[in-house]
Amino acid sequence: MSTATQQQSSYREAVRAGLHEALQKDSRVFLMGEDVGAYGGCFACSKGLLEEFGPERVRDTPLSESTFTGMGIGAALGGMRPIVEIMTVNFSLLALDQIVNNAATYLHMSGGLFNVPLVIRMATGGGKQLAAQHSHSLEGWYAHIPGLKVLAPATLEDARGMLLTALEDPDPVLIFEASVLYPMEGELTAVATPVTIDKAKVIRQGRDLSIISYGASLYKGLEAAEQLSTEGIEAEVIDLRSLRPLDDATFIGSVAKTRRAIIVDEGWRSGSLAAEISARIMEQAFYELDAPVERICSAEVPMPYAAHLEQAALPQVKTIIEAARRMVG
Amino acid sequence: MSDPEHSEHAVHLLHQMLRIRRLEEKSAELYSAMKIRGFLHLYIGEEAVAVGVAQALSPEDALVATYREHAHALVRGMSAKSIMAEMYGKQGGCCRGRGGSMHFFDVDTRLYGGNAIVGGGLPVAAGLGLADRLQKNKRLTCCCFGEGAIAEGEFHETMNLAVLWQLPVLFVCENNLYAMGTALERSESQTDLTQKAASYNMHSAAVDGMDVLAVEAAASEAVSFIREQQAPFFLECRTYRFRPHSMFDPELYRSKEEVEEWKQRDPILTFKAKLFEQGLLDEARLNHLEQQVAAEIAEAVAFAEASPLEPIEDLTRFVFSERSQA
Repeated sequence: MSTATQQQSSYREAVRAGLHEALQKDSRVFLMGEDVGAYGGCFACSKGLLEEFGPERVRDTPLSESTFTGMGIGAALGGMRPIVEIMTVNFSLLALDQIVNNAATYLHMSGGLFNVPLVIRMATGGGKQLAAQHSHSLEGWYAHIPGLKVLAPATLEDARGMLLTALEDPDPVLIFEASVLYPMEGELTAVATPVTIDKAKVIRQGRDLSIISYGASLYKGLEAAEQLSTEGIEAEVIDLRSLRPLDDATFIGSVAKTRRAIIVDEGWRSGSLAAEISARIMEQAFYELDAPVERICSAEVPMPYAAHLEQAALPQVKTIIEAARRMVG
Repeated sequence: MSDPEHSEHAVHLLHQMLRIRRLEEKSAELYSAMKIRGFLHLYIGEEAVAVGVAQALSPEDALVATYREHAHALVRGMSAKSIMAEMYGKQGGCCRGRGGSMHFFDVDTRLYGGNAIVGGGLPVAAGLGLADRLQKNKRLTCCCFGEGAIAEGEFHETMNLAVLWQLPVLFVCENNLYAMGTALERSESQTDLTQKAASYNMHSAAVDGMDVLAVEAAASEAVSFIREQQAPFFLECRTYRFRPHSMFDPELYRSKEEVEEWKQRDPILTFKAKLFEQGLLDEARLNHLEQQVAAEIAEAVAFAEASPLEPIEDLTRFVFSERSQA
């Protein structure tokens, strides 16, 4: 396989590269949201795009989440390919009506007449001491809704590529970018290669257990796997990538091989995505299991501000390792 | 209205209102007969609004309506058959029976719902307007909603954005005085709704929604403004529904006297009387119209009765697009 030119990039720059390419290659694409233009994006993901593409295509909106999200739906119905940015998942609750009652339902309610090719991006997750109204991981809620596709890019390649694939999708796609990942540095190919948005990926091969995760938690799983390796425990690490639809085949296949599963999910445990994955493993691989499925989720409190409390609330490498030892030992 | 063209147009308006009235009466009857289920919101009393506004629109314009949308669908050109079959929950319905009375959609007439979350259609209409603006299309989007929507945040957000971004959208507020059972003066500190729009620098007007000619004139003026200025317009149509909010409403919140008083202003009766008085209509023509409408509705019912049901095997279709339609 020929290696395309690699370049140094941050996750943030990868998101920006995706936005840039999308705006450049399709005149129907436009970006709208709070402070995406003059400010350059709350997380600086759209810096310079206003200057390059102008105010018709990079649109600063008032603080009207519900309405600019609904306008994304209308514009998508009207022939455009809007990208709506909502600053954080907590703010997206102000747009739940449009996302859940309209974007997710129009195709079905209309008997297949009207699809909504809309992409909504938002930041998610804790770890930055932003307390209980800016730090939650509610993507699991959205993954409950038929009619939506829910993505969680964890890698630079996905941060750029998932947006481009999502824009080619005929239906509403929600992309959750973990805010702690924006500064993450790595290598990225100079030219975007297409990525899938319906497949999970085995990031690390292993034999003894499967660590199933997505977004920022993926890296905790990988770190735990490295440490476990020094103890002779080889963990397979799976990046779910798509939270709806879930790619059962990949994680069930892995569990069938390793016979043990830990799910790491920054959402709260009760009614979580981790609960859904656990149930699917039980349904599809019960007789393959050598140990009960473990779930490492956030503590069931609104996210506290103080650093030590916040870290205590979030999934940690240490907790993953302890669970792994319990299961294998 | 003395020249023949005007006289034919007047008869056309009456015909349209009669189509709505008879469709709704038949729907109520079929609801009692348990052929139609779910919620059923009738437009009886408000016919002049949908008919008057529709005269001002062009075929390429879009419409975003509410759960009280049978009339709008019908006058925009959807067939009574497709409407009735949808209410029957049949495959021959506009949405294959997946939407029902509150959720009509149609590609040919560009009807984007049938939206049953109050206020929820306004941002969608503004988005359609934005798409037209960005693509430099000449068409406009008409968005109908009740005065209950005025209390929703999405109304205010949409008014603001529509003006800020100069979107070609006609906002038609069908003010029938009651948000379900809550009277306007019990829910709004400012009951002059045009002032709400005006506070966002939106051009606005109010019109007697029981007078089809007045609505037509006001809507035409508004539409000309939108097409010339490429800016939104808010039109309040003051009207009244003669029937309960839905079929589950004992009407405890308003008096029979009040309803009777409004019925004196029945948009069909008053317009019919006017046409008789001016010699534009006689009994024979009226009978002919009624027969035509009755035949149309009977045909729609027969179609709905005969239409097959969507197969249960197809239950989970249309959650995601089938790739062929992408």
